[in-house]
Amino acid sequence: MAFAAQAQNQGIEMADTMRSNGKIYVVVAVLSIVLAGILIYVINTDKKIKRLEEEVENK
Amino acid sequence: MKGYNFINLFKGLGLFLLQLAVVYFIVESGLSAGAKFPLVILALGAVVFVSFKLDCWKEMAVFGMFYTIIAGFLMPVPRLPIVNETIRNQYFHVAMWMAMVIVLFASALHAVKYLRKGDLRDDILSSEFANLGLVFGVLGIITGMVWANYTWGKPWHGDPKQVSAAIGLLVYFALMVLRSSFNDDVKRARIGAVYNLFAFPLMIVLLFTVPRMYDSLHPGAGGNPAFGKADLDNTMRMVFYTAIIAWTLLGVWIATLRIRTRLLELKVYDVL
Repeated sequence: MAFAAQAQNQGIEMADTMRSNGKIYVVVAVLSIVLAGILIYVINTDKKIKRLEEEVENK
Repeated sequence: MKGYNFINLFKGLGLFLLQLAVVYFIVESGLSAGAKFPLVILALGAVVFVSFKLDCWKEMAVFGMFYTIIAGFLMPVPRLPIVNETIRNQYFHVAMWMAMVIVLFASALHAVKYLRKGDLRDDILSSEFANLGLVFGVLGIITGMVWANYTWGKPWHGDPKQVSAAIGLLVYFALMVLRSSFNDDVKRARIGAVYNLFAFPLMIVLLFTVPRMYDSLHPGAGGNPAFGKADLDNTMRMVFYTAIIAWTLLGVWIATLRIRTRLLELKVYDVL
């Protein structure tokens, strides 16, 4: 299997164009924003539950 | 933010960087490939354990997930035919399957705990981890089908691993159906726990043993274990192992939110 060649094999198509014109950062940015959105939701829910737990504890 | 201890951010960041350092040193060491994988698992498991004790595992999960996305797309990968850039799916599709196995193990563990002590809290943990395992599993199958569509030609080939994974998920869906058929909490917990203890070893055999016995499009078939030299190089390992931990911890965080809600419900309704 000569596929896993160590030398730069320019014959295999990769996303070099996207990297060279900076568009790969669009991919990273979009996914990061989606992740951030999900995390904000999770964090807010966590805080809400913590508040409820403290309320139940203090009753 | 009220009540948030910012020290946890630094602890989380520190332990996340420790993960990277650990993977780097083990991967770059001169050990045989067979020794590296279990060693990485043990070492990362230790870091995760410390993060639980230091209460910074959620922060570590956040850093890990951002790293998975950013390094996942920006760091170099081997230039391979057929897969091309999609080899980066390793950090999503494969990492989520590994996270699923970890989470289903936790589910089985709590099933054992419930059978030994009869504490319904263990049953809640066991069932919520099984739910989380199913979510990861379904996402894993779907992402796998998308990947297969572009690299193998069509989304479903009846490939041994695809079929075995689907069977494994059906087994856990059946666990959900079984649990919902009971009205009594204790019976549900007990029978669900026993079924769980059958389901988990079955899932392991289906995912890791059966596919190896057949020729398959998946890496790791026809007798050759996956994650060898042809599938993963050292740069990819730097992202892959951390990604598994990040997905697992993010999933566990969401599962704990559900668990805490159920525990709150129990407390409030028992009082009323």
